[in-house]
Amino acid sequence: MPLKSWKEIPIGGVIVTPGSAREYKTGTWRVMRPILHKEKCIDCMFCWLYCPDQAIVQENAVMKGFNYDYCKGCGLCAKVCPKQAIEMRPETEFVGEEG
Amino acid sequence: MPVNIKQLAQEFEKKEIGITQGHRLCPGCGAPITVKFVLMIAKHLGYEPIVGLATGCLEVSTTVFPYTAWSVPYIHNAFENVAATMSGVETAYRALKAKGRIPEGKRYAFIAFAGDGGTYDIGLQALSGMLERGHKVLYVLYDNEGYMNTGNQRSGATPPGSDTTTAPVGKKLPGKIQLKKNIVEIVAAHENVYAATAALSEPLDFFAKVEKALNFEGPSFLAVFSPCVRFWRVNDDQTVEISKLAVETKYWPLYEVERGVYRVTRKPRQFRPVEEFVKAQGRFRRLLERPDAKEIVQELQEYVDRRWERLLALEEATKDKPIR
Repeated sequence: MPLKSWKEIPIGGVIVTPGSAREYKTGTWRVMRPILHKEKCIDCMFCWLYCPDQAIVQENAVMKGFNYDYCKGCGLCAKVCPKQAIEMRPETEFVGEEG
Repeated sequence: MPVNIKQLAQEFEKKEIGITQGHRLCPGCGAPITVKFVLMIAKHLGYEPIVGLATGCLEVSTTVFPYTAWSVPYIHNAFENVAATMSGVETAYRALKAKGRIPEGKRYAFIAFAGDGGTYDIGLQALSGMLERGHKVLYVLYDNEGYMNTGNQRSGATPPGSDTTTAPVGKKLPGKIQLKKNIVEIVAAHENVYAATAALSEPLDFFAKVEKALNFEGPSFLAVFSPCVRFWRVNDDQTVEISKLAVETKYWPLYEVERGVYRVTRKPRQFRPVEEFVKAQGRFRRLLERPDAKEIVQELQEYVDRRWERLLALEEATKDKPIR
């Protein structure tokens, strides 16, 4: 978000756009990347329930993967997974790849 | 109506939860999970949440200018007065409703979130006032047992033996020497309130309590055990594991008090020694290096045992005997 001058900021510095934090990509913090092994996954949605950053992508309660724009790599999803279907890999293995 | 996790996932696939991505809480923090659980159940029950925040980690990390991680109406005032602020919001709502300026069929949930500093210590007076005046607000405490936002200072919620910057473990003193304040008892001592404890490791129990609290005619209070991965010196991924340990070692018993009637909602068949809970966390590491560590842990064990027995006795004694 480009910085605004004081004349453009609403009175009191209130933020008028709800949920604007989405523009700030917390995925850049990540050092460990979660990798999904779909064949082990039972779509129990525990990872989705516990993810503090809402970075689990699911469609109709079917696990689809991760939103690497926001995933901070805490590894909570891998820990709560009852089937060990999520593996945490160091981010250095993915240098140059997208996401 | 009990809700299962899959139903929630289907419901919130496209729908906004209320707290969005892009907040800057630590990886693995318990606070956003607490918020997520409460807001999801509120929306699931057809309420429109209105959120107030006390100063704390959650407040500073979700509202870094020029961003906000909230997509529901949100208000922050000061550290000590989230309860007073939400009392005002709720009163304004009732006034507008009396004048017919609130659309028919809209149901609002007034929810205050505060950390343990803003509840046990700084905000206690405002909280007591809100409970006494009987505002229909759900006050959610995310208890991370210290002033973690400013770098691990001791609070009324810090357990004995924990290493903090203002009560460090050293040669003379074993960290904090006092016991944790029993906030649920303090809240439950007010008339006509619903007070409960919850833990992240028991989501269904958590959901049931949020539902009960929101449907309660009067003020409600929910104390959530919310691990701080940084200053409890645990790994980012241990938030749920530590919550589970706290429940299983009687450190954080799960119970509710509805108008003076106690009910223990989770009675594990087997308990683990509180030593396991202490050993799992780095904040007790320096305590365990001391020669008197055994006695201090033993004291804590006796305390949690006595408290558990007392809870069971209270449950028996207050059965069908509400204050009002």
